[in-house]
Amino acid sequence: MSTVLEVRGLSVDFDGFRALDGVDLTVEEGELRFLIGPNGAGKTTLIDCITGLTRPTAGEVRFDGQLLGKRREHVRVRMGIGRSFQTPTVFDTLTVLENLDLAESFRRALPALFLRRRGVSDDVARTLERICLSHLADRPAGTLSHGQKQWLEIGMLLVQRPRLLLLDEPVAGMSPEERLETGALLQELAADHTVVVIEHDMAFLRRFAHRVTVLHEGKVLSEGTVEQVQADPVVREVYLGRSRDERSGAAPVPLPVEALPMGGAT
Amino acid sequence: MTTQLAEAPSDAVPSPDVDRIPAGRSRSWPARLAFGAFAGTLIALPGLLGDPASVRQWAEWLCYAMVAVGLDLAWGYGGMLALGQGLFFGLGAYAMGMHLSLEQVPKGTLPSFMSLYSDYTELPLLWRPFSSFWFAALAAVVVPALIAALLGLLVFKRRIRGPFFAILTQATAVIFALVLIGNLKLTAGFNGLTGFTKMFGRSKYDPDTGTWLFTVAAVGLLVVLAVAMKVVNSRFGKLLQATRDSEDRVRFLGYDPAIVKTVAFSIAAAMAGLAGAIAAPVFGIVSPGQFDFLYSILFVCWVAVGGRGTLWGAVAGAIAVNWARVTVSAARPDDWQYMQGLLFVLVLAFVPGGLAGLARSLWHRAAALRTRSRRSATPSPAPTTAEVGT
Repeated sequence: MSTVLEVRGLSVDFDGFRALDGVDLTVEEGELRFLIGPNGAGKTTLIDCITGLTRPTAGEVRFDGQLLGKRREHVRVRMGIGRSFQTPTVFDTLTVLENLDLAESFRRALPALFLRRRGVSDDVARTLERICLSHLADRPAGTLSHGQKQWLEIGMLLVQRPRLLLLDEPVAGMSPEERLETGALLQELAADHTVVVIEHDMAFLRRFAHRVTVLHEGKVLSEGTVEQVQADPVVREVYLGRSRDERSGAAPVPLPVEALPMGGAT
Repeated sequence: MTTQLAEAPSDAVPSPDVDRIPAGRSRSWPARLAFGAFAGTLIALPGLLGDPASVRQWAEWLCYAMVAVGLDLAWGYGGMLALGQGLFFGLGAYAMGMHLSLEQVPKGTLPSFMSLYSDYTELPLLWRPFSSFWFAALAAVVVPALIAALLGLLVFKRRIRGPFFAILTQATAVIFALVLIGNLKLTAGFNGLTGFTKMFGRSKYDPDTGTWLFTVAAVGLLVVLAVAMKVVNSRFGKLLQATRDSEDRVRFLGYDPAIVKTVAFSIAAAMAGLAGAIAAPVFGIVSPGQFDFLYSILFVCWVAVGGRGTLWGAVAGAIAVNWARVTVSAARPDDWQYMQGLLFVLVLAFVPGGLAGLARSLWHRAAALRTRSRRSATPSPAPTTAEVGT
């Protein structure tokens, strides 16, 4: 087992607002790590820092032992860091197949891109099967349902064969059946990828999580198995919104987090 | 690293499903048919028009269509509102214009304007290589592409886009026109390069020369169109559209959008340059007035009228608007400017898809009508009740 991702003392300041405050995080090869925390805890900001969308004010991120520093987003993707977004972003005007093909072709040299696609690679065909979209391969991605778009996005990540997958709320806005299927897909993925998932849904978490890291107000609050984290009195305090939050004057956060608005950037 | 994908048992993958996915080539035959029909029309056109003046005019429009196709690649497919294509058109025209100017005088002597305006005793260094036709032709395409690449890298690497990009390109075109006017000794200033009585060994007054120039323009447009189709259908074309729709997502697929956009912008510039090179002998004059920034805006309007995002739309827009301009100005010389303005406003407000979008929606409506009439022709009561229900 080697360390794939190592975050040390990561801090992000947004005009005086501390989105992240000295976060440490270590993810080993092959792990399926869940990142939870109330809205505004800094979960998405953390992923933004790892993928290069946000510049940290302090601290460092190492991927595979290499310091990421000021590398730009697409360079990090080429190193093997893939991510999905809260709202699925697929290319609506392109077909499902073209979306996957484009995702797979990112290692090709520029001149090779000027050739027309001939046929479908085995990898793309298998991924189409795996994300249950084979029958819709030639449909514009814009016509897919929300859940299907989310799957297509995960499929686009898969054909890129990243070493580290960062998924930002992959089941947000999905129906219960779609959630179960996505959970199964995630577990399958975890068998041969290192995956970090941001998720609000506690039921989903209980069912599929291995290890959980809890973020709160930009700090790591707790880390461990689902049981350990759920038993942690500090976590219970934060999630049940008792003494601590009342003392700081913040609004209490209810435990069944499914009802939280999904669009808010955290 | 091998994923489970690669190790999945083969029986988990039903091969018929994989075969069922079309290879992406099957849809290309109607496009080829349309291209062939268009090429045939162009070949027959001079004969149909008859009148040499109309043939010359059509040659001019074909040059504009080339610019429009390139612009459509950048704007329609790449989302870059390039408001300075006149710059590249002008560069191409000047490159060929310099060659033509040198063709008029004995080898080694100065073009006529230079002996008038300057104290040069021998040909300036900048002009010398243009005595070669091939150098001029190459420069007409390569110089615009290089300038676009430089401008593109500067702008796109800094993630400047939208109106800022449009203004930057427009400003560059304006500067180019000012430089041309300011350097009287080298460029003949506002008067431009004129008096091309000899063109590539032909006489301007030879009746065949007009048809010959038309053929060159037609071949040029067909080449430009074929290249553009190739680009649009390639993976790069898909990537370009993806970049237009969501630059950030493209970045997270591992591509650098700045490179994608720069390449597309360069191709567009090269096409405009080629158009300019062919337009120089067609116009018979190369002057800053023709490459005014106003032209740069008109190019965009033609593509908008024709339908951005469809290559045929760009061709149709350039030809149709210019045809309307000539027809209307012949009948009512004062009204064209107003009609042109009105046309653009109407298109932008009511037909955002342009001519191509209009044709497509008419086609769909006709298809819907046909199926409905076929349905009502069959004496089955079921659809009728369904229609009443809705």
